[in-house]
Amino acid sequence: MIDLTTIWALIIAFAVLMYVVMDGFDLGIGILFPWFHEGAERDQAMNAIAPVWDGNETWLVLGGGGLFAAFPLAYAIILPATYPLIIAMLLGLVFRGVAFEFRWRDPRHRAFWDWAFFAGSLIAALAQGITLGALLQGIHVEGRAYAGGWLDWLSPYSLMTGAGVVAGYALLGACWLAIKVEGSAEDKAFRYARLAAWATLALMASVSLATPFLAHQYFQRWFTEPMIFWLVPVPMLTAGLAILLLRAVHARQPVRPFLYALGLFLLGMIGLGVSMWPWVVPQSISIWDAAAPERSQVFMLIGVGLIMPLILVYTGWAYWVFRGKVGEHGYH
Amino acid sequence: MFAGMDAQAAALVLARMQFAFTVSFHFIFPAFSIGLASYLAVLEALWLKTGKELYLDLFRYWLKIFSVAFAMGVVSGLVMSYQFGTNWSVFSDKVGGVIGPLMAYEVLTAFFLEAGFLGVMLFGMNRVGRGLHFAATLMVAVGTFISAFWILSVNSWMQTPTGFEIGPNGAFMPGPSWAAIIFNPSFPYRLVHTVIAAYLTTAFVVGAVGAWHLLRDRVNLHARKMFSMAMWMAALVAPVQIFVGDMHGLNTLEHQPAKVMAMEGHYQSHPDGAPLYLFGIPDDKDQKLDYAIAIPKASSLILKHDPNAPLAGLDTIAPDKRPPVWIVFWSFRIMVGLGFLMLGLGLWSLLARTRKKLYDWPLLHRLAVLMGPSGFIAVIAGWVTTEVGRQPYTVYGLLTTADSVSPIAAPAVATSLAAFVVVYFAVFGIGTWYIVHLMKDPPHPHEPALEEEERAPIRSAGITPAQHMDAQSDGAAS
Repeated sequence: MIDLTTIWALIIAFAVLMYVVMDGFDLGIGILFPWFHEGAERDQAMNAIAPVWDGNETWLVLGGGGLFAAFPLAYAIILPATYPLIIAMLLGLVFRGVAFEFRWRDPRHRAFWDWAFFAGSLIAALAQGITLGALLQGIHVEGRAYAGGWLDWLSPYSLMTGAGVVAGYALLGACWLAIKVEGSAEDKAFRYARLAAWATLALMASVSLATPFLAHQYFQRWFTEPMIFWLVPVPMLTAGLAILLLRAVHARQPVRPFLYALGLFLLGMIGLGVSMWPWVVPQSISIWDAAAPERSQVFMLIGVGLIMPLILVYTGWAYWVFRGKVGEHGYH
Repeated sequence: MFAGMDAQAAALVLARMQFAFTVSFHFIFPAFSIGLASYLAVLEALWLKTGKELYLDLFRYWLKIFSVAFAMGVVSGLVMSYQFGTNWSVFSDKVGGVIGPLMAYEVLTAFFLEAGFLGVMLFGMNRVGRGLHFAATLMVAVGTFISAFWILSVNSWMQTPTGFEIGPNGAFMPGPSWAAIIFNPSFPYRLVHTVIAAYLTTAFVVGAVGAWHLLRDRVNLHARKMFSMAMWMAALVAPVQIFVGDMHGLNTLEHQPAKVMAMEGHYQSHPDGAPLYLFGIPDDKDQKLDYAIAIPKASSLILKHDPNAPLAGLDTIAPDKRPPVWIVFWSFRIMVGLGFLMLGLGLWSLLARTRKKLYDWPLLHRLAVLMGPSGFIAVIAGWVTTEVGRQPYTVYGLLTTADSVSPIAAPAVATSLAAFVVVYFAVFGIGTWYIVHLMKDPPHPHEPALEEEERAPIRSAGITPAQHMDAQSDGAAS
């Protein structure tokens, strides 16, 4: 039952989940950035992620590179199908990435780079969310290639998933800031965490309700016996976590809101997996259709098995080095 | 230029332009950061070994520049990792099983390593202590090298593919030995040539900055140190690079003769000794070299070590399989010319050393300033030579560029290309300006660290190891 291809699907899913939560809070801070005051608030927010954002973004390279290596056909179909979104995301990430350095280098134009940080983050998050919706609603494939137009991805559903990801990232960002910053920035972090939590939950619910009606397969997967009994815990756990999250934010608990938000993303990912399995391009390309040759899978699995634990250890160490509050005081 | 072209051909040309543009822009940054990461590791090691504050000042000075360059390398590199899929989807589908794993290994062994330790390298000096900080710097430097290893293996496999099988649907599949894929015939030469090029690129930037400040203040000890270090690199490594480049050329002659024909401007075959063209205007239409200035038989002498050895020309290659000569001929000459100029500057610096005038020879310093960007130009010219020279193939001899492209219509590619051009020139232009601005200030004693600048503390509340470390380093310096 568990074959190499399934393992690789799980590894890619893991990379995507790692990316979404880690760069999710980076991008979320970018999305919330304009609502923080210039000076101590923004500097703290920036410093809360400056030492780690590059590592976080590397998971996106692993997701893309891993898809290329393990499921080349999926990579070759999904990226052309979502061409304008991918280009927009990449350009957004260009602005977001350089803003980390440029805003310190050029105080006179700091307001501009702060704006670029916000716009880049927002565009990247929106493009990622719309890509998710585009994938779920199905891609027109003929033979081994994408056969649709260049705006097929655009639909009310994909816009809704786009908004959902933006809200979700903002939630992660606010919860991360609640851990890392002090003073008025911390107050704002909790305030925006509450707003973003409500927006995320509303959009998550809407997407969850709409998805089964996109395609017969999704409906069957969720609402027929005996699957429905196995799957009932997913929405119930989500509802439970939602209550815990809102309470923790209200009580201004330091770390818990972030952990609950992570839990929400994990459950969302599980729900996504339930809907999509075993397709990598829903309804046209299964993971086995898209899989790389066995030799490629084995060779990379050795690398992942040996190196991934090391990566997790030193990434963890880097976070540990920069633990604690960033601090409002001590600026020159 | 698109007149008379059908929509598909226009889309292909646009996709090629986009890849050429984004990858050329991208490579400027790694060409600098591979060498600079190693230079920073050397400076930090010297500081730890000698305790001289001078090395720490230089380390901090170049670290600021590194942080800006590295950020631009990261974001422009991310674009590359997706562009195989967005614009070269048929290529991705066909070769993903072979080169995909190599790129996955690049992410796992290099990108995570660089990114994971970069934060500590940039901001962590006061938080982890000197030994661990040096380890972090070393990891970043090693990471840049590992990254070069994998991506050059990928590129080399596309130039000289080995170790593969063709699957039932026409896709390339790995054979039994991954070593046969990774260590393909052109890889060792390309790896050494490219890494040395990165070191030289950095050396000439460092040398130019040192020379610039020497022209203003010839007793500036920091400027002296970096100028001297850079000129040692130029004197010792430029000749090695010329030798390695020659070997790389011989390897290319063996595996991609058409590329060498284009580099040499050999439209015609020369059965009894081919001339070395120093200058000429290639005319692809009539397949001849106009206004040629040649040294008789010298090309055969260089390539075959025999002045009378026969050399085949492009007339032996089918017309639709010939690379465009004009670009390759000239990019090759730019690269080689700059290589010899670098060697010349290196030799001059040796002369200046023997005459004890290394820091007192304004003409030498002026030339060094002028040569500051030479590494970048040479590196890009070299890549243009090798990439245009292997046309019309993506996988040499097996998969053509025209058969590799994504089914994306010309208007979409034109839009994205325009967006890349505008954004890259604006963003990376400004970034480069910031770097030049940083270089304009001389390094001075007690150079502030990144985390001590106005960006201030990445430190936890209640812990102030900064003062402790400062006290330590002051003690070590005195």
